[in-house]
Amino acid sequence: MRIDLEPRPERTLALDIGAPVIALAVAIIFGGLVIWMLGKSPALAFEVYFITPLTESWSLQELMVKACPLVLIAVGLSFCYRANLWNIGAEGQFIMGGLLGGWLAIITHDEAWQDLIGGWWILPAMLVLGAIGGALYALIPALLRVWLGASEILTSLMLVYVAELGLDWLVRGPLKDPNGFNFPQSVVFDDIARLPFLAEGERLHAGVLLALIVALVGAFVFARSIFGFEVRLIGEAPRAARFAGFDDRKLTLAVFAISGALAGLAGICEVAGQIGQLTPKISPGYGFTAIIVAFLGRLSPIGILVAALVLALTYIGGEAAQVELSLPSDMTRAFQGILLMCVLVADTATRYRIRLRFGALA
Amino acid sequence: MTSEMFQLILMTVVTAATPLILAAIGELVTERAGVLNLGVEGMMIMGAAMGFAGAYASGSTLIGALCGIVAGAFMAALFGLLTIGFAINQVASGLALTIFGIGLSGLLGAGFVGLKRDPPAHLHVPGLSDLPYLGKLVFSEDLFVYVAFGLVAGVAWFLTRSRPGLALRAIGDNHQSAHALGLPVRRTRFLATLFGGGCAGLAGAYLTLAYTPFWSPGMTAGRGWIALALVVFASWKPWRLVLGALLFGGATVLQLHAQAASLGLPGQLLSAVPYLATIVALLLLSSGARKNAAAPAALGQAFIAPR
Repeated sequence: MRIDLEPRPERTLALDIGAPVIALAVAIIFGGLVIWMLGKSPALAFEVYFITPLTESWSLQELMVKACPLVLIAVGLSFCYRANLWNIGAEGQFIMGGLLGGWLAIITHDEAWQDLIGGWWILPAMLVLGAIGGALYALIPALLRVWLGASEILTSLMLVYVAELGLDWLVRGPLKDPNGFNFPQSVVFDDIARLPFLAEGERLHAGVLLALIVALVGAFVFARSIFGFEVRLIGEAPRAARFAGFDDRKLTLAVFAISGALAGLAGICEVAGQIGQLTPKISPGYGFTAIIVAFLGRLSPIGILVAALVLALTYIGGEAAQVELSLPSDMTRAFQGILLMCVLVADTATRYRIRLRFGALA
Repeated sequence: MTSEMFQLILMTVVTAATPLILAAIGELVTERAGVLNLGVEGMMIMGAAMGFAGAYASGSTLIGALCGIVAGAFMAALFGLLTIGFAINQVASGLALTIFGIGLSGLLGAGFVGLKRDPPAHLHVPGLSDLPYLGKLVFSEDLFVYVAFGLVAGVAWFLTRSRPGLALRAIGDNHQSAHALGLPVRRTRFLATLFGGGCAGLAGAYLTLAYTPFWSPGMTAGRGWIALALVVFASWKPWRLVLGALLFGGATVLQLHAQAASLGLPGQLLSAVPYLATIVALLLLSSGARKNAAAPAALGQAFIAPR
C-alpha cells in the first residue's frame, strides 16, 4: 500500500475547525476499542469520561481548575512550536516555578513582621518569582542551543528529571515542615500566600482568570504584533526571516523565556491555588499534557482554551473511571497519546489530500 | 580492591550499558536514514512490558525477547505510518509515541506488577570463562550483551561496507537526490524505523528480563531519551556509541555505589547524575562544526514525493 499526499490548493476555515473535532471523535473510538479489549464497557466508560463530569457543578469547576495550568503552559509552548523550536521540558519549568514561588511563601510563613508591613505583597511576588523560575530554567536549553548548538529537545527533557529530583530533595530536606511529623511536605501556606477563590466555598481560584487573560493576550500578540509575526515567519520560512534581518538567536531566547515563564506561572498557580503547600509531586504530568493541548488547539491561543478543557476532561474522567470502572490511570495517558496522533494526522489532512493506493509499492 | 571485585564492577557497567547500546544502535540506523524517532522511550517501555509478559507466559526468555522486539517494531510501524506515510512532523509524532507507549505499557503490564523471573543464563566457556582478570567479563556475560555487540558490529559493517547501507545513508543525507536516482526513499526509511523499533523493544525486554528482572510501570526512567542523546554523542558512528554507552553505564554504576556508600550527598543528586551527564555529553559533542558535518543532512525532514 502506498500513501500519496497531494497539496491542497487552499485551506478552508471549515477544515481548520473540523479537523480537530474529527480527530477527537476518532481518538474516542480508538480509546473505546482499547477499553473494550480490556474487558470493560466502552459505552459506560464514555459516559464516565465525557458526560458525567459535565453534569455537576463541582466537576465543572474542577474542569476549569485543571484546564488552568494546561492553558498557561500550552500558550507558552505555542510560541516555541510556531518558531519551530521544541521545548518539551515544560514539566520541569512548571516545577521550578512552583518551587521558587513556593519558597517565598515558606520563608515568609508566620513571620511576626507580616503584621508590621503587611503581607499584601507576598502573593504577587510569588507569582513573579514563579514566572522567573520557569523562565530561567527554560533559558538553560535555549542558551545551550544558541551558544553550542545542543539539541534543545534532549536538554529540555533531561532537565525535567533533574527538576523532579530537586523538588523531591527539597521537600524531604531543607523545605520540609519542621512540625510535620516527618512527612515529605512543606508547611501549609498562609492564606495571604494563597490565590483567592473567585467565590466563597467554591473551587475556582484566581488562576483561572489569569489563564484566560494570558490566552487573550497571546492571541493578540500572534495576530497583531511584530513579535508574533517574527515568531511565525521564523518557523514557516526561516530563510525569509533571515533576509528580513530577524535575529533568530534573540528570538530563540525570547520564545523559550516566554514559554518557561508561563509554565512557571502555571506551577505557582497550582501550588498557591490548588495544593497550598509544596509536596514531592506537584504535577500530574501537566507539562506533557500541555504539548497535546497546544497541538489540539492548533497552536492558536483561542484554540488552546477549548483544547485545554477537553484534556482536563480526560484527567477528571480518568479519576472517575479509576473509581467506578477500576480502569488504571494509565488509560488516560494512553488515550492522550492516541489523541495526539489523531490530531497530527488531521493536521496533515487539512494541508494535503490523502490518497491511499492499494497494491502500489511504497 | 581485588581483581575479582573489579571485574564484577566492570560487569555491572556492561549490564547498565547494554540497554543503551541496543536502543541507540537501532536509533542510529533510523537516523542515518533521515528519520528522527523521538519515541524511543515509548518503544522501549512497550518492549519492557511485552517482553516480560511474553517470557512470563511462555517461561522462555527467548520468546520474551522476541515479544519485546515485536512490540517495539509495532510501535515503530505506527511512527512510520505517521511520519513517513502522512509526512507528519517527526518531533511531535515521537512525543505522541512516547506518551502512548508509557500509557499502553502500564495498561498491558498491570497484571504483571510484582512478579519476578529468574535472570537469564550467562555464557560459560570452559577454560576461557575462568581466566583471571578478563575471563568473566568477556566470556560470562548474559546472551543479550553478545547480541548487542554483534548488532553494533553488524550495523557498522552494513553502513560502511554494503550497498544497501550506502543507499540508506544517501537517503538520509539527501532524499530528493536519492529519489531521483530511483532509490526507494520511503520504503527504506520505513524499514530503518522498524529496525530501530525492534532494537528499542529488545532494549526494553533486556531491562525486564535481565537487568531488574521484573516489570514496573515507567521503569525505563528516561533511558530511551539517553539513548537518543548517545546517538548525537557518537556523531552517528556505531563504535563510538559503544564507548558512550559504557561511559554512561559507568556513571550509573558509580552513582549506585555512591548511594550505597552514603557519602552524605543527597540521593536525589546522585540519581540526577545520568541526566546531567547526558546534558554534558551533548554539550561536549555538539559544539562547533563537527556536529553539523556528522548529522545526516536530511534528518527530521519529511519526504513528499515530487510529482
